[in-house]
Amino acid sequence: MDTFVIHVFNALLYASVLFLIAGGLSLIYGVMRIVNLAHGNLYAFGAYVTAWAVGQWLAGAPTVVLYLLLPIGAVAAAILGAVLEPTLLRPFYRRAEEYQLLVTFGLLMILEDLMRFFWGPYPLTATTLFEKMGSVKIGESIYPRYNLLVVLVGGLAAAALWGFIYRTRFGVVLRATSQDMRRAAAMGVNVNRVYIEAFTIGCFMAGLGGAIVVPGQSAVLGMGVDALVLAFVVVVIGGLGSLQGALVGALIVGIVREIGVSTFPEVELAVLYLIAVIVLLVRPAGLFGRAA
Amino acid sequence: MSTVPLVLHARSPAKVLPWALPLVVVLFLLPHAIDPYQTILLAYGLLMGIGALGFNLLLGYTGLLSFGHSAYFGVGAYAVALMFKYLHVQSMELYLAGAILASVVVSAIFGFVCVRYTRIFFGILTLALSQVLWSLAFKFYPITGGTDGLRVPTPTLLGLARDDKGDKILFLASNYYYYVLGFFLACVVIMWIVVNSPFGKALQAIRDNETRAEFIGIHIRRYRFVAFLVSGVFTGIAGALWVPLNGLTTPDILYWPFSGEIVFMTVLGGFRTFTGPIVGAVVFNYLKTSAVGFTVYWQALLGSILVFLVLVLPTGIVGAITQLLPAVRKRFSR
Repeated sequence: MDTFVIHVFNALLYASVLFLIAGGLSLIYGVMRIVNLAHGNLYAFGAYVTAWAVGQWLAGAPTVVLYLLLPIGAVAAAILGAVLEPTLLRPFYRRAEEYQLLVTFGLLMILEDLMRFFWGPYPLTATTLFEKMGSVKIGESIYPRYNLLVVLVGGLAAAALWGFIYRTRFGVVLRATSQDMRRAAAMGVNVNRVYIEAFTIGCFMAGLGGAIVVPGQSAVLGMGVDALVLAFVVVVIGGLGSLQGALVGALIVGIVREIGVSTFPEVELAVLYLIAVIVLLVRPAGLFGRAA
Repeated sequence: MSTVPLVLHARSPAKVLPWALPLVVVLFLLPHAIDPYQTILLAYGLLMGIGALGFNLLLGYTGLLSFGHSAYFGVGAYAVALMFKYLHVQSMELYLAGAILASVVVSAIFGFVCVRYTRIFFGILTLALSQVLWSLAFKFYPITGGTDGLRVPTPTLLGLARDDKGDKILFLASNYYYYVLGFFLACVVIMWIVVNSPFGKALQAIRDNETRAEFIGIHIRRYRFVAFLVSGVFTGIAGALWVPLNGLTTPDILYWPFSGEIVFMTVLGGFRTFTGPIVGAVVFNYLKTSAVGFTVYWQALLGSILVFLVLVLPTGIVGAITQLLPAVRKRFSR
């Protein structure tokens, strides 16, 4: 029983982080129809900024301050996104998808080295936050309390995003732009502003994913590239552009991965990719996507 | 796609040979003029040219952007490495036969799935499938050696015993270079015939207008599938030729950023021209090698070049030259 509960928490932990990354990716695709290959690097950027702030910049500060500092990675990623969208991506909306993929691939390479330049080639850690929280007893076993916080943040982020998109005025504008950009523009929506805002929110989510994951793991080079393919799996399963899809996809991937790691570790990743392929074959638009 | 002027037009051999022949002669003579290191670099460039040429049959001629061509390169490479490990094969011809067979099988399976889609979904699907292979190569340590990879010694060429007197570098820079060059020329000729055949014309028709192509009776999915197959096999051959040169194969060549590199070199040279991918592959190889030697931040350098390229020079090197050429000619003829 204890092990089962722990497995469930692990799956949820994994799903939370994946949702934050994939949800941002999906939101960006849904609104501006662009697949950002550098999205994983914004997640890594969030992780690096938080690790740097907590582990080096204010390393000696009181614990409370450090916990408040946690979201700084998300804010940094959002700012980076707000700069990148109008400068690099905007010229490409009218051009073929091939060029969008290429320019974001170039961006991926640049961001990867930017992090190497700022923080060096060695992993950056922020383990204080992980250790200070201690652990809870689950039956006979213990479980890190910090992981529960991650699950909570993931759940809250999903809820906040849902409320934001389906219950606010801005959400209406966002959905309208996503459904028909031209008609929204004709109705007086400032599409450029919506694009910046959507991209910034997407990057904020990716950065938040990085920020909350870093105390438990550490920030390493290449983490963005690894995360992106898994985020792809999630959005392919759930449907590109759909937030419910990203949530369900993240849960499926989290659960499959948790089962996979303990029962079929060799093919765990292959099974995930195969699930994505099967979904694409059966339902090309994903479980929750609308037809392209 | 239609913003780029089309420069893919059929040329008769009589028009191509006057500038192609001197280039071939130069490629044959070059190892005598440059040092072995440079020759080996050129060999890397040429074999990547085969791969990029195969890739471009999909991107430039069929209009499908694959972000998973690392799969076929890796299949070719791992086929060689596994043949050496388990069957103790030493002959390069057998390696190539095995690699072709393996890449036919894999690209047939992947192609069957992928050609149902176009555009962004095609890209993501090819990427996801290539990552299946990556994760298998990465995780099945007892078979693939995991991240350690598999070592492959220099093979025998054309059944002849190695006459390198123990100097591997010299062997790679002379015998093996000519071997790669031979395959490169053969592949270029074959691809040239393919793209200028009725089949190649049909692919271009599909790229330019799917609906119209279907209306004139072209079985779109079947043509795309065959293009996928040919494309995968070319890239598989490149992978097989790459292994002895590198001496080692690791999961890196199956990981998706390597697919990105294949796309990069093709766009660098120009995917709207026949020779673009070849030029792109050779240039990219030099570019990457010198960037890696020049700075630890070579990725940022290459990434900036890619962004610049896409922004300013979307037709690539060859595309830019073919656009400039008429203007230059006009000036000189005055």
